[in-house]
Amino acid sequence: MIRIANLDFTYRGGDFRLAIDDLVIEDGTTAAVVGPSGSGKTTWLHLLAGILVPDAGSIVVNDVEVSGLGDRRRREFRIRQIGMVFQEFELLDHLSVLDNILLPYRITPALDLEEQVRVRARDLAERVGLGDKVRRPPRRLSQGERQRVGVCRALLPDPPLLFADEPTGNLDPETSDRVLDLLFDYAGERGATLLTVTHDHSRLDRFDRVLDAGPWGRRP
Amino acid sequence: MRDVLYLAWRYLAHHRFKTGVLVASITLILFVPAALRTLVDRSERQLTARAEATPLLVGTKGSPLELVLSSLYFGQDVPERMPFGETARIRETGLAQAIPLYVRFRAGKDPIVGTTVDYFDVRGLEIADGRSMTRLGDCVLGARVAKQRGVGPGGSILSSPETVFDLAGIYPLKMRVTGVLAPSGGPDDEAVFVDVKTAWVIEGLAHGHEDLTSPDAAARILKREEGRVVGNASLVQYNEITDDNVDSFHFHGDVAEFPITAVLALPFDRKSSALLRGRYEAPDETRQILKPATVMDDLLGDILTVEKFVVAAFLLVGLATLATAALVFLLSIRLRRREIETLVKIGGSKPRVTAILLTEIVAVLLASAVLAAALTWAVSGMAGELIRTWVG
Repeated sequence: MIRIANLDFTYRGGDFRLAIDDLVIEDGTTAAVVGPSGSGKTTWLHLLAGILVPDAGSIVVNDVEVSGLGDRRRREFRIRQIGMVFQEFELLDHLSVLDNILLPYRITPALDLEEQVRVRARDLAERVGLGDKVRRPPRRLSQGERQRVGVCRALLPDPPLLFADEPTGNLDPETSDRVLDLLFDYAGERGATLLTVTHDHSRLDRFDRVLDAGPWGRRP
Repeated sequence: MRDVLYLAWRYLAHHRFKTGVLVASITLILFVPAALRTLVDRSERQLTARAEATPLLVGTKGSPLELVLSSLYFGQDVPERMPFGETARIRETGLAQAIPLYVRFRAGKDPIVGTTVDYFDVRGLEIADGRSMTRLGDCVLGARVAKQRGVGPGGSILSSPETVFDLAGIYPLKMRVTGVLAPSGGPDDEAVFVDVKTAWVIEGLAHGHEDLTSPDAAARILKREEGRVVGNASLVQYNEITDDNVDSFHFHGDVAEFPITAVLALPFDRKSSALLRGRYEAPDETRQILKPATVMDDLLGDILTVEKFVVAAFLLVGLATLATAALVFLLSIRLRRREIETLVKIGGSKPRVTAILLTEIVAVLLASAVLAAALTWAVSGMAGELIRTWVG
């Protein structure tokens, strides 16, 4: 469960302010976050993930008060509990498809890269149709394939939460559906909570909830 | 740690051109001063060691450096000659052992050193194969000469004529190789040693030919006058000394007046050294006596000054290169800000992300250092070659 109370956040030196009095999202919920650009959707997602720290209020995710953790613990929490998917995929050019999927296990001592993890990474690549492309560098993949690699990377640690920031923003409709299918399938099978920032209103009916970020962001 | 190394390696391998240029630049900057320093050090040690092993050197007055380079390192410049009698003059003082040196001729590029067998004892040289020279026309080869030419005892070496077109000049002499010296790591490895009399044969001061008094030689006689027999142009002169013709070789003139280039003087004690040096202090003295170590110290002092300037210049260039490399690293990190942010967003630990970036830098520096060390080690063995090139 995600519980937000009296949240207040302002970028240092900036004039944007995000404030949420009370918000609860139940476990296993699939929620789309919509709202105009600059309304604070990505900021909100980053606050939940512990990438940003609120000035006031509390954010409790799966019984952990993220806003009260130090930097090291927030990073550990994030890499164990949250799978992040990005609009620009954010794959590393110098790594192969397989190494990109395994990346979370190589950048923290909190996860152990064991053989079963490698097997699972290959299985995931196989499931998303990239089984024969695991040795390729990302530049030799299509946009849709790259995002599928990004999804595999997010899913590999088997997180109970999936945060996707406009995951279909750079994809054609058909590919968008395929990527969303992957996210929804995982959330369904795992019982994971899926929070997706999106501008694509045509697919909102797939989500359990639609959160409007419009009232969250304020400028003086 | 394995993951840090792997990710750093993947990054460097992916950007292999950039990595290669960085490694090459830093390697060069580390290598040049290090190699220069090593070569100068080794050359200095070799030059100094040989100079210090030669207590005193006597030669005709002129350039002390030329005399030292010729007598110790067998350089190509031949100092002013002096009579062989100078050797006896020193011996007769009872102050030092005297060993003549006549370093003028070459066999190809290898110097022919006319001396006595005592030279081998003085230099601590041992015959590794064969025996020492015992007869006119014999020679003993330095280890490197023997190896390069593939010649050993029983083989032969031909001395080089001084000028090809000078018909009255020095003709080649075919010398019998009787022995090969054990490697000494110095100029003796590069030389062909002969008895000083053999060197005079090369010069034409001694020669051998058919016996003009025999009945078979009648056709070779130009004229007979007051007990002398003069041969004509058909008289065969020997260009090789063999057991059969060695007795026909004879010297014309006073051997004491025959030329040598230097005398190695080994005083029996410090007092003898001082006394011997005093003998050459007279204002009208035409010879010079010098301590090779002092001459080499002066020379090395000049070399070291030049080296200091070169090293200082390279240090400045090195600092500029390292500053540029640092800028490249910083710009690279800046360009990768988005990549680093992604690692942070995913949950990468701060120490590990920092370690990956640092490992990339350290790997480049380490590869450069290892490469520079390997290159320096490779060229350090060239100190001998450097001395040979420099001495000529």
